[in-house]
Amino acid sequence: MRAEARVVAEADGRGGTRLSTVYGEPPLLPRRTGHRHAGHAEVHLVGGAAGPLGGDELRIHVEVGPDAHLVVRTVAASLAQPSHPPRHSTLTITATVHGTLAWLPEPTVAVTGCDHTTRSIVDLCDGAELLWREELIAGRHDEPSGDLRAATTVRCGGRTILRHDLAIGPSADAGPATVGGARAVGTLLVVGPHAPTRPTATSTGATMPLANAPAALISATASDAAGLRRALDGDTVNTWAADPSAKPGNCRKN
Amino acid sequence: MSLSTLLVLADGRLPAGAHAHSGGVEAAVAAGRVHDLATLRSFLVGRTATAGEVAAAFAAATCRALTGPQLQDALGGSPDRRGDEPGGPRAFAGVDSDRVRELDDGIDARTASPALRAASRAQGRALLRAAARIWPTTPSTTAGKQPHHPVAVGIAAAAAGLRPREAALVAVYGGITGSASAAVRLLGLDPYAVHALVAELAPECDRLAARAADRADLPVDDLPAGSAILLDIGAEQHATWEVRLFAS
Repeated sequence: MRAEARVVAEADGRGGTRLSTVYGEPPLLPRRTGHRHAGHAEVHLVGGAAGPLGGDELRIHVEVGPDAHLVVRTVAASLAQPSHPPRHSTLTITATVHGTLAWLPEPTVAVTGCDHTTRSIVDLCDGAELLWREELIAGRHDEPSGDLRAATTVRCGGRTILRHDLAIGPSADAGPATVGGARAVGTLLVVGPHAPTRPTATSTGATMPLANAPAALISATASDAAGLRRALDGDTVNTWAADPSAKPGNCRKN
Repeated sequence: MSLSTLLVLADGRLPAGAHAHSGGVEAAVAAGRVHDLATLRSFLVGRTATAGEVAAAFAAATCRALTGPQLQDALGGSPDRRGDEPGGPRAFAGVDSDRVRELDDGIDARTASPALRAASRAQGRALLRAAARIWPTTPSTTAGKQPHHPVAVGIAAAAAGLRPREAALVAVYGGITGSASAAVRLLGLDPYAVHALVAELAPECDRLAARAADRADLPVDDLPAGSAILLDIGAEQHATWEVRLFAS
């Protein structure tokens, strides 16, 4: 399946954000959610079909204009699934941000036999703020993981400030140098004045200020999705755009 | 290309401070993730597939930027134009110094851990200082006096008259031997068995080096970027220790 979704957010001139484009094709259906009175606009991606499935080519493009503030979530984890015969699936996410973007989807689960790549390219203009969360889960309960890769490029004012490829599954290394057999791995990138400026580390996670921008990467491994979310969100301290009325499915305490 | 020159640059006894770094092994040992030969093997394989491949790619690309495309030859193919003066001083053909700065930036973007960035620049600085004395034509580049280590390997290789594939080989092989010898010291492992692991990984070094040379001209964002989350986390924890045997 080939499908595309586009979301464009602009400042409404009264301190809020309006969505000038909310377009999607199944399985990528963006729906406006959240409170009207909030300063930001919120969009949930609703899965209009199973997937991504082997052979799918999915694209999401997000634009956030100057002074606009957009939060994007998904209603549930994505299950990357295999096809017969086996084919590679891709999700390409491109974002151009002048204002503020919080990209906080639920995790992607690598179902046995899947072969999926999520490629993200984020272009931040000077002064833009970003939260970008990526979570990879090695299979559903008690099943071997399929191949899942997240290839991420984030540029700030045209300069690449973060470039990393995360991978889980039979083709990826899972040893003591990379993920140590953890079933859940992920990162949260924070760009802007909220970004932590001091490095900290625990035995399974670290907060690391980046070299060439007011930005920090929080990386963690965990035995399950809930543990990973707690490590990345820092009980929502890190995800300042966290919706206080978020459903329990988002693994938040509040 | 002179084989002896390759050995000089790849030698662990080159006075460039490599022995002071464990490539993340000290942190992995302390965390209990590496404790015997089998876990060390796993560690070396994972490190080589991520940090090792990145180092190989950036060393090759830096060497290519400094030696210019006209000096590349098919892998193991056509006669080497430089073969008549092995290991001697070089004149630099197409010095593309700006590309070297971009490559240095590319490693910053691939190294989230501040501790790993500092360790990489410390090793780069030491290697560049050694290279400048050993091969006096070592060029100065826009990456400055303390480039990241793989960039310094590329610069030193270019100065020594080596080609991108050899630069990549030095980078990836050095990462393996550095980690392996640190593990021998930290865990008291059988040095013969550990070096058997290094020998086992030799074909993988060759493969990564050939691949790095093939892709030495790619845009920086398209070069390998395999991330090893536990190397980052371990390096950050290690940097907070008051007493440690290795700098990183």
